[in-house]
Amino acid sequence: MPLMLALVLEQTLNGLQYGVMLFLMAAGLTLIFGIMNLVNLAHGSLYMVGAYLATAFAERTGSFVLGVALALPATLLVGVVVEVIALRTLYERDHLDQVLATFGLILFFNELIAIVWGRAAIFTSVPPFLSGHFRVLPGLPYPTYRAVIILVGAAVAVLLWALVTHTRLGMRIRAGASNRTMIAALGVDIRLLYTLVFGLGAALAGLAGAMAGPLYSVQPGMGESILIQVFVVIVIGGIGSIRGAIVGALVVGMADTLGRAFLKPMLATMISPPAADKAGPALASMSIYLLMAAVLFFRPEGLFPARSRS
Amino acid sequence: MALSRRTLVLAAGCVALALVPPIAALTNQPFYLDLFRRMMIFAIAAVSLDLILGYGGMVSFGHAAYLGIGAYAVGIPAYHGIQNGWLQWGLAIAASALIALVIGAISLRTSGVSFIMITLAFAQMLYYLGISLETYGGDNGMRLAARSRFGGIVDLREPTVFYYVVLAILVLFLALGSRLVESRFGMAVRAAKSNEARARAIGFSPLPYKLTAFVIAGGGGGLAGALLANQTEYLTPDFMHWTRSGEIMFMVILGGMGTLFGPVIGAVALLLLEDVLSALTAHWQIILGPILVLVVLFAKRGLFGLLVGETRDG
Repeated sequence: MPLMLALVLEQTLNGLQYGVMLFLMAAGLTLIFGIMNLVNLAHGSLYMVGAYLATAFAERTGSFVLGVALALPATLLVGVVVEVIALRTLYERDHLDQVLATFGLILFFNELIAIVWGRAAIFTSVPPFLSGHFRVLPGLPYPTYRAVIILVGAAVAVLLWALVTHTRLGMRIRAGASNRTMIAALGVDIRLLYTLVFGLGAALAGLAGAMAGPLYSVQPGMGESILIQVFVVIVIGGIGSIRGAIVGALVVGMADTLGRAFLKPMLATMISPPAADKAGPALASMSIYLLMAAVLFFRPEGLFPARSRS
Repeated sequence: MALSRRTLVLAAGCVALALVPPIAALTNQPFYLDLFRRMMIFAIAAVSLDLILGYGGMVSFGHAAYLGIGAYAVGIPAYHGIQNGWLQWGLAIAASALIALVIGAISLRTSGVSFIMITLAFAQMLYYLGISLETYGGDNGMRLAARSRFGGIVDLREPTVFYYVVLAILVLFLALGSRLVESRFGMAVRAAKSNEARARAIGFSPLPYKLTAFVIAGGGGGLAGALLANQTEYLTPDFMHWTRSGEIMFMVILGGMGTLFGPVIGAVALLLLEDVLSALTAHWQIILGPILVLVVLFAKRGLFGLLVGETRDG
């Protein structure tokens, strides 16, 4: 296989892998917004909590898989506690209050993590059985761990789709998204439903965080850089829409990864290499925001706007 | 009478701020001069945010971006040897107003939560742009070669002179702001906030008014940024960090949104609180976070409303 093609394919897979991480975050955030009408900035904190808990559990048990498996219910529990103590009272408030209060929660969580684990980044390694490469195509080896992330993400997307469209809980979630007052009037325990949805979102964020450990540095504040990209995802996809979250996550994941990999060499063919050296990384880190601006210019509601909520 | 109490509070605040330099000099605590100057600079930023947040209902979560633009508009010319303050500060206001025009034109196509996220994302984009400016220090930022020069009129290197310049700008900005919100233009912005459909029905399109307010707020933020660069004599992309935007927003809420003067109290209170807490423990944010949540949940009226016994929600 020609080297250039292999490189492009590899970066495309990396983009897909990053898109999967973004999707895991975006799905929870967009569900929580769609159903509870809550803007939750602290969603990134749950991602961070997931990453730290997975690392801690993996150290105790000596097994990476067990660490991730334990981090999931633990993050879910943290999410439920946060929902019951702090966020529940915010559902009826306006978005400004929600933004500020969850901003306060972020400060709290970042500092709490810094107290328990310190401010320095923790590095974890990929477990030995996932650390190799496997051949996707002849001449195209790909890190097994990243491939596993892509598969896990795809599996979660399918499960989530099945949950939302084929179960009673999913039916209630969809009903809650289209008319909250009505399903409360029909006798559904809406508070329990809210807590369940929040817990589900927290677990998904925790899963993303737990899997992110070996790839990115685990440190206080790690949740916010991804959170802002997740915002871009759901604004592009259309707020409240799972389908939008999938498409938006893949688009942003690809644009960000491919931009970082190829913008500089592409620019170098057009302008002088030293200038490209400077402009390339700048443009790459701005690319998804420019993309978002472009999408909004043509579709202010995003690509897949959720049907009107009352 | 509420009105006289309000005037009293404003006059007392003005006198108190004007008395800071002599008191700092008498007690030999120049640190307070620095702290209060910093507070007033953030107050200018918070007041400019209140113009759109409190009066226009535009929840912009990227106001720190203009602080950064204003700071770089001072720092970059200074780096190239241009120290004329009129030029630098003029550039700060013009550049941030222009960028506010672009951001506003795109963001105001949306509303509600999309607007919050988009303004945040644009600010983040500028933050990354700042990091990529390797010539000007990248993510470490750079020292400001010298404070802005204003011929022989004022010398900002003199701490007390700089203090009164900032105070004068704050007072001027407040006076201008209160004229603005009571003007026909201000009425239109407030009408658009309370009911956009009704505003349309009585015959005006809210968008140009909202966009103009957004641009004015951006210009005010840029001016605050120019002052901040002179204050710290150091500028970094961190001026644009999203937590900074959150802080400015919190100053507005803490002081009382839609009150114009409230954000000044909010800025003073928040920076004082941060100062006290950070002297207490290195992990002061673990205390500040819950305080923020409690203020939002229980004290939405703001400190200004508490002081003057009324709320003037635009």
